[in-house]
Amino acid sequence: MTVSRRKFLQWVAGAGIGAMSAGTARAAHGVFEGYPGSYGVLHDTTLCIGCRSCEKACNEVNNLPAPEVPFDDLSVLDEKRRTTAAAYTVVNRYDEIEDHNRPVFRKQQCNHCLEPACASACFVGAFTKTPEGAVVYDVSVCVGCRYCMIACPFDIPAFEYDEALTPRIMKCTLCHPRLLEGKLPGCVEACPMEALTFGHRNDLIAIAQERFRKYPGRYVEHIYGQHEMGGTNWFTITGAPLEQIGLRTDLGTIPAPEFTAGALAIVPMVIGLWPVLLGGIYAINRRKEKIAQSEKETEVDQAVTATRGEAEAKAKAAAESFKKQKEKAVESAVKKALAEAEKNKGKEES
Amino acid sequence: MADMPAAAPAKRSILTPFNVIAALIVIVGIVLTILRFTKGLGAVTNLSHSNPWGFWIGFDLLTGVALAAGGYVTAASVEIFGMKKFHSAVRPAILTGFLGYSFVVVALLYDVGRPWRLPYPFFVSQGVTSVMFEVGACVALYLTVLFLEFSPAAAEWLGASRLRRLLVRLTLALTILGVVLSTLHQSSLGAMFLIAPSKLHPLWYSPYLPVFFFVSSIAAGLSMVLFEGTMAHRYYADRMDEEHMAEREGVVFGFGKAAALVLGGYFATKIFGIALGNNWALLFTPYGLWFLLEMFGFVLLPCFLFAIGVRDRKMGLIKTAAVITVLGIMLNRLNVSLIAFNWHLPAAERYFPSWMEIGVSVFIVTMGLLVYRFIVTRMPIFFTHPHYRSGSHGEK
Repeated sequence: MTVSRRKFLQWVAGAGIGAMSAGTARAAHGVFEGYPGSYGVLHDTTLCIGCRSCEKACNEVNNLPAPEVPFDDLSVLDEKRRTTAAAYTVVNRYDEIEDHNRPVFRKQQCNHCLEPACASACFVGAFTKTPEGAVVYDVSVCVGCRYCMIACPFDIPAFEYDEALTPRIMKCTLCHPRLLEGKLPGCVEACPMEALTFGHRNDLIAIAQERFRKYPGRYVEHIYGQHEMGGTNWFTITGAPLEQIGLRTDLGTIPAPEFTAGALAIVPMVIGLWPVLLGGIYAINRRKEKIAQSEKETEVDQAVTATRGEAEAKAKAAAESFKKQKEKAVESAVKKALAEAEKNKGKEES
Repeated sequence: MADMPAAAPAKRSILTPFNVIAALIVIVGIVLTILRFTKGLGAVTNLSHSNPWGFWIGFDLLTGVALAAGGYVTAASVEIFGMKKFHSAVRPAILTGFLGYSFVVVALLYDVGRPWRLPYPFFVSQGVTSVMFEVGACVALYLTVLFLEFSPAAAEWLGASRLRRLLVRLTLALTILGVVLSTLHQSSLGAMFLIAPSKLHPLWYSPYLPVFFFVSSIAAGLSMVLFEGTMAHRYYADRMDEEHMAEREGVVFGFGKAAALVLGGYFATKIFGIALGNNWALLFTPYGLWFLLEMFGFVLLPCFLFAIGVRDRKMGLIKTAAVITVLGIMLNRLNVSLIAFNWHLPAAERYFPSWMEIGVSVFIVTMGLLVYRFIVTRMPIFFTHPHYRSGSHGEK
């Protein structure tokens, strides 16, 4: 594969901007409240009877495999279920709820976050938040790493573990293809109790608040999804304490991309500054080595000079003393010779 | 040691205990490989929709990358920080790093759903908001760097002098690039879990996760060099030259001292992590005790053992501390990715690896060991090639 310079620069720029954008977008516009006019669904558990019609409709419109237990068999509600590769949505029954003499049913599916964790986590950008509100998945680029499943705070995406080579991530699409055709999501259309209301996100908030006002005491006055994880396009309202029907209240209101934005923002700093720091340390060490080397050389030189001087002085002294000795010897020899000569002279005379 | 007696080991029987066991592991591994790629992940793993990452991520990827940190740690000490007396430790460390990363990628081929799409994030669709994009990009680049750092040894073996000279000239640039890339992806492996604060136990979740992963990778790299050195001395002493033997003690005490310091710093930052989250009360829960075991048994204990070993000049203590640190890194990575991850799920929905997942991991490690053996018994890893012995440490 050949890569043009332009394309390469685009990637580099893309990586840099991508790393910074989460922070800058927030700084510029504050909180992202969703695409204007985006759609959503309001699920009212006080109306839900756990009939599983929504599960059936979902299965049909999405061409999912036939279930092991038929949809009119309600015994599956005896156990807690989650979404799977074969079920984009499941209804659970919660018994023994505080101040309730009957069980509460809650439908569970993708909540279609305003700033989805899955989309932020995906390293091929396989998830898209559409202007209609749906979070959709593109199988044509998916590598199957399952990081989206790690990231999702609602435990929604599922994986086709039994597909050897072409597994897909499976999750609710808010029936995005149907929305584009002007149709309702399958589950909403099928609900016999109108426990599911489809509409613009803003309208749904107003409807929920209207119900709180109209029926005092019936609801826990909290629209689950209005702010959770930065807000979602799917809302749940209920009369049960949220934790008791499996709605986590500890998720906070910070959208998922915020959690990694800081770490990603450090990347360009490391790329920019680490080479300077490391190069600097290297240069300092080289310099130290060089100084040590030259100091060593100077010392050796000095030592050599000093030794040489000493040796010369010694040699000179030795030469001098030798000379003196020689002179002395000559002198004494001469003296001796003279004395001898004198003696001999005396002998001869006598 | 100048010319290696290449013919000597050839006469020995191939049926050594190591070879027999390795052969069995490889056979099982091949069967499991076929199973994985014909029946899917579901057939060999205990992964589920709520537990999408298992042993192959916790051990093969997270632990594997941390333990392969010896390459950048050693190269940086010698080439950048100027600790020339550790020179003989560089090649073995680079080789271990290169093989470590290579087999991490092999492991990923098993784990991801569509392995042939692994280059997609770079060439088809760039998900630049993902921490995993950064991990992938850095690991891919660093694998290339490690290959280039390792290739002088191969070039010497093949007698390609000119290529070798070119590669050696790149040493400093490659070392710096290696440290940059390692800083980024070692930390990002921790940063991958930042997106899931609601799933990871608060004692392990921290905004400092990237720092924890980076700092602990240094300790892991140092300890792995020590551990690998111990093993190599036991089995490949005949492949080592005087320089390697003479520097050995200095490497052990030098790396031991560094490991003591790094583990001490790591322990301190972990305490700051608890303070930042104000999670002190959680220390007295069952998860808290598990956390304290990790912190005291596998961080502070080896920290002291390293320090005492250096002070009293006891090699044995340092080797022990290195093994404890390596185990501690494994424990930490498994805690973050598996044990303390999804801690809120009911026990029945928790993950435990299948024997086949562990089997594949053992298979991959075994292949790594076999390639390691192939290379160290042929290429100049533990000795300086006689041809290039000019100067103190090669040409630079």
